[in-house]
Amino acid sequence: MSDPRRIEVNDASPDGAVSLYSKRERIQVKATSGRFQTIRNITILSTMGVYLLLPWLRWDGQQAVLFDLPGRQFRIFGMTFWPQDFLFLSWSLIIAAFALFFFTVLAGRVYCGYVCPQTTWTRFFQWIEHWLEGDRHSRLKMDAAPWTASKILRRGSKHVLWLLLAFLTGLTFVGYFSPITDLSARILTFGWGGWELFWVGFFTVATYGNAGFMREQVCLYMCPYARFQSVMFDRNTLIVSYDEERGEPRGKGAKKKQADTENPLGDCIDCGMCVQVCPTGIDIRDGLQYECITCAACIDACDDVMDHINKPRGLIRYTTENALEHKPSSVIRPRLIGYGAALLVMGTLFMASLYGRVPLQVDVLRDRNQLYRTTSAGNIENIYRLVILNKSQQAQRYELILDGPEGLSMETNKTFTLQGGQTLNLPVTVSYDPYVNEVPSSTIWFTVRSLDDPDLEKRHESRFIAPGR
Amino acid sequence: MSDFWSWFIIVIVAINLLGCAGLLLWNKQISPEEAAKETTGHSFDGIVERNSPLPRWWLGLFIGTLIFACVYLALYPGLGKFEGVLGWTSANQYDSEVSLMERQTGPLFDQYAQVPVEELINYPEALAVGGRLFANNCAICHGSDARGAKGYPNLADDDWLYGGEPAQIVTSITAGRKGMMPPMAAAIGNTDEAVRDMAIYVQSLSRPDLAKDAAKSAAIERAKPKFMMCAACHGPDGKGNQMLGAPNLTDAVWLYGPRIEDIEHTLRQGRSGNMPAHESLLSPERIHVIASYVYSLSQPAQQ
Repeated sequence: MSDPRRIEVNDASPDGAVSLYSKRERIQVKATSGRFQTIRNITILSTMGVYLLLPWLRWDGQQAVLFDLPGRQFRIFGMTFWPQDFLFLSWSLIIAAFALFFFTVLAGRVYCGYVCPQTTWTRFFQWIEHWLEGDRHSRLKMDAAPWTASKILRRGSKHVLWLLLAFLTGLTFVGYFSPITDLSARILTFGWGGWELFWVGFFTVATYGNAGFMREQVCLYMCPYARFQSVMFDRNTLIVSYDEERGEPRGKGAKKKQADTENPLGDCIDCGMCVQVCPTGIDIRDGLQYECITCAACIDACDDVMDHINKPRGLIRYTTENALEHKPSSVIRPRLIGYGAALLVMGTLFMASLYGRVPLQVDVLRDRNQLYRTTSAGNIENIYRLVILNKSQQAQRYELILDGPEGLSMETNKTFTLQGGQTLNLPVTVSYDPYVNEVPSSTIWFTVRSLDDPDLEKRHESRFIAPGR
Repeated sequence: MSDFWSWFIIVIVAINLLGCAGLLLWNKQISPEEAAKETTGHSFDGIVERNSPLPRWWLGLFIGTLIFACVYLALYPGLGKFEGVLGWTSANQYDSEVSLMERQTGPLFDQYAQVPVEELINYPEALAVGGRLFANNCAICHGSDARGAKGYPNLADDDWLYGGEPAQIVTSITAGRKGMMPPMAAAIGNTDEAVRDMAIYVQSLSRPDLAKDAAKSAAIERAKPKFMMCAACHGPDGKGNQMLGAPNLTDAVWLYGPRIEDIEHTLRQGRSGNMPAHESLLSPERIHVIASYVYSLSQPAQQ
């Protein structure tokens, strides 16, 4: 079995033609443990834990994280984000992308192996599988065995548990968009609306299919990240790698042949452990392949074997291509520093703008039907429509202040109160009396300031247009 | 769409679908020699493409898209003139969304409709709704602050062309108003001087101090008798007539401007104001709410 995905010519149809499509060989992953698997267990437990528990957190008596789409508000730990704050979302996604670039340059597909949801859920599903059906060899045996009562019971309960976890996932997902306490409470009374039912069902089925059946197929054929990761690799990227110099020529019964000093065998005893534990079913000894998700299962498995045969660890290890070829290799290199600096700058600016965010929005629209208006008394007036949105969740009292040349005055109710999330449409008339003083066309500023919190103010520029001289 | 073009499209769609299906099936198998090759022969910068087979479920997805296309074309319009089983059209969708909105807002407007305009001005929410409706439907002419502009009446003062009682406001919005001032230059003497005299006289109705000026006083005297022509609409004392929408000439409110040139222009050319009828655009309940908003503007501040 040199390569499971090569087409064997012997599965040809009678007329000698070969199918262009290969039937998927189900990968039965052998469980493994070790340094890196311990880290992976911690990472996936924390990602899964955060995902499942976050919607249940409360903040000021409300759900701490709620993406209220019908209300067009994202509530995150007491902050409310409106559609006008879309830039924050864009920047957070850009920062996330740069973080991905940074870690890929550093250590390849390390994101995939340690924190990707696909990996997380697949491993949870594998634990259930392992618990009910045993490890790899017993699962393979069970696959081939006829349907007995015990097989039906084990298989059946596995799928029930899978569906339960998938349902929990779907419920949690919808809980980010529709208050989860209410959503869960309505399970018992069957009080779900059509869309809630549809989306919970959709994510249940998707999770069940993805983590139960698709698994590595997603990483191999669907994930876009797999397509462009190679752009970010270079010869100094940490990758999981088999040390060919040390391992080859591989052979079993190493002790016997060790006497043959003419062609001594390498350290690899060809036990196949690294292939059996690989979640994507590749043989790492063939060199770097795009399928490798850097999960280090083969490292842990091989280290275990090396310990058993009293050889040093690290026949398979995290290393760089340059280091393998005994060339100078440095993980800290300009490229990584560049990504890191960009990440740091963006992250700092992001946090700063988040901290300095004023939960108030002021838009000024000049009336478009006329440039200026002459009243019967001879005053020159400009009309504006101020759209003021209180983006906080508390009621605020505001005052409106006009900054402009001497002589301009504003006729409107200067203080007003807005409930949390309320929008006010305020027509404002700005005028001057040409018999008192002349005001040329000029730039003016409207300032809306909270009376409760002087720091909370927004200033908006506009233009006053006067008759030409 | 004529039958020909309808069939033209149907045939193209069918050929495309069948073509995709045929291509898929025809390419499902390759020769053993082809399959045995290590690479596809593509090489870029020394990177070669391996000749790995596609996963079989990929083929299933392709077939799934073909099935989806057939189902879609059966349900929705797409095959020429065939309208689809569901009978979906964008106009229908628009109508159903509008009627959904009407169903959602209907009860509220019905509630407001129960309350007379004079009382509705005490309901801040109703006025807020009215203000938004005003901004969308009226502000483009009357201004965001409803104080009008040249040729567009100020709705926020106490001066009304057609009356400021709720019923009159509702009528103005519903049926619209046509203001007609005929050209009067011919009737009052047809000379520049006569028109100028009359303009000064009209100004003097709201500014009695003009009579102190000797020249203007003479003009006023000359024009005074001719004002009979105007009195038919504006009344003998120039107080206007709300039945006709004839403005009051004795106050300081000028629809077309207070300057002598503005008044002369009115006399020579006449004016025709047009408030469009809104009954085809707005439901009676909405007009009721807008009328309350407009009515509230001229009432003492409701704080």
